[in-house]
Amino acid sequence: MNRQNLGLMAAAVLLVIVSLVMGSRQEGAEFAGADGQAMAAVTAIQPDYQPWFSPLWEPPSSEVESLLFALQAALGAGLVGYYLGLRRGQSQPRPRDRADAGD
Amino acid sequence: MHIAEGFLPPLHAVAWTAIALPFVIVSARRVNRLMQDQPQIKLLLAASGAFAFVLSALKLPSVTGSCSHATGTGLGAILFGPSVMALLGTIVLLFQALLLAHGGLTTLGANVFSMAIVGPWVAYGLLRGTQRLNAPLTVSVFLAATLGDMATYTVTASQLALAFPDPSSGVLGSFIKFIGIFAPTQLPLAVIEGLLTVVIVNLLRQYSHNELRDLQAFPQALAVEARS
Repeated sequence: MNRQNLGLMAAAVLLVIVSLVMGSRQEGAEFAGADGQAMAAVTAIQPDYQPWFSPLWEPPSSEVESLLFALQAALGAGLVGYYLGLRRGQSQPRPRDRADAGD
Repeated sequence: MHIAEGFLPPLHAVAWTAIALPFVIVSARRVNRLMQDQPQIKLLLAASGAFAFVLSALKLPSVTGSCSHATGTGLGAILFGPSVMALLGTIVLLFQALLLAHGGLTTLGANVFSMAIVGPWVAYGLLRGTQRLNAPLTVSVFLAATLGDMATYTVTASQLALAFPDPSSGVLGSFIKFIGIFAPTQLPLAVIEGLLTVVIVNLLRQYSHNELRDLQAFPQALAVEARS
C-alpha cells in the first residue's frame, strides 16, 4: 500500500507538471484563475451588470493575500499531518512492549 | 467555483441562501450529535475539514493555461456521510470570503450549495453505488472524489447560467459558455483530487481501522479485508 501511495502522489505531481507545460503552450496562457474568467464572461454576457456588493475587507496587496493562502494551506496540511502521524504512532507497538514480549 | 461577491443578482443570492441554509442547519446538528455520540472520531472529522482547507487553498495550473483549485470535500463525505460536509465546507468558504475576498457573503449560499452540498452528495452516491457493484475500494474512492469535484463546478456553471442567460442563446447557451470555462480547466485538477483522496483513504485503512469501523465507512471493503 505504501508503494501504491508513492505512485499515486508521483502521478499527482506529474499531472501538475504536465498541466503547467501544456498550459504554457496555449495561446494567451496567463494562468489566470478560472473563477475570474467566469466573472469576466458574466460581464461579456451582460455588459451593464454591476456587482451590487463588494467584499467587506480585501487583502491590501498580493503579498498579504499569498500570506493568507499559505496560512490556509499550512493549517490544513498541519492538522492532516498531525492526525496521520498520531495514528501511525499509536498503531505501532512501543519499543518497551516489544522488549517485554521478548522476555 | 467561487462566484465573486455581488456577482449574483439579489433575487438569486437570496434564493441560493434559502436553499443552502437548511442543509447547513441539519449539518450542524449532525456534527454536534456525532461528536457527542462518538467523541473518538472528533480528530478525524477535524482532519477531513483540514483536507478541504488545504486543497481549496492550492491554485493549480491546468492544461488550458488557466488556474483553478480542487475542493477536498469528497473525503469527508465518504467517511462521515454527505450531510456533515455542508458545515465544514461553509467554514472553509467563510474563511475565504472574509479574509481573502475570494467568493463572498452574498454568494455564500450559492457557493455552499455547489461545493459543500452537491459535490459531497455526488461523491457519497458514487461511492455507495460503485461499492454495491463490488468495485475495488480504490476505484470507488477515486471516482467519488474526482466526479464530486466536477459536479461542484457543473453546479457553479448552472448557477451563473440561470442568473445570466445569453441574450440570443438563452440559459443553455450561457451554460455552455460557463462550463466551457470551468470543465476543461477542472478536469486534471479533479483527477489530482481523486488521486490524493485515495492516498488518504489508503493511510486510514492502514492506521485508523477503529475509526473506520465506528463510522461504518466502506463496510464491504473492510469486511473483505478482515476475512483475508
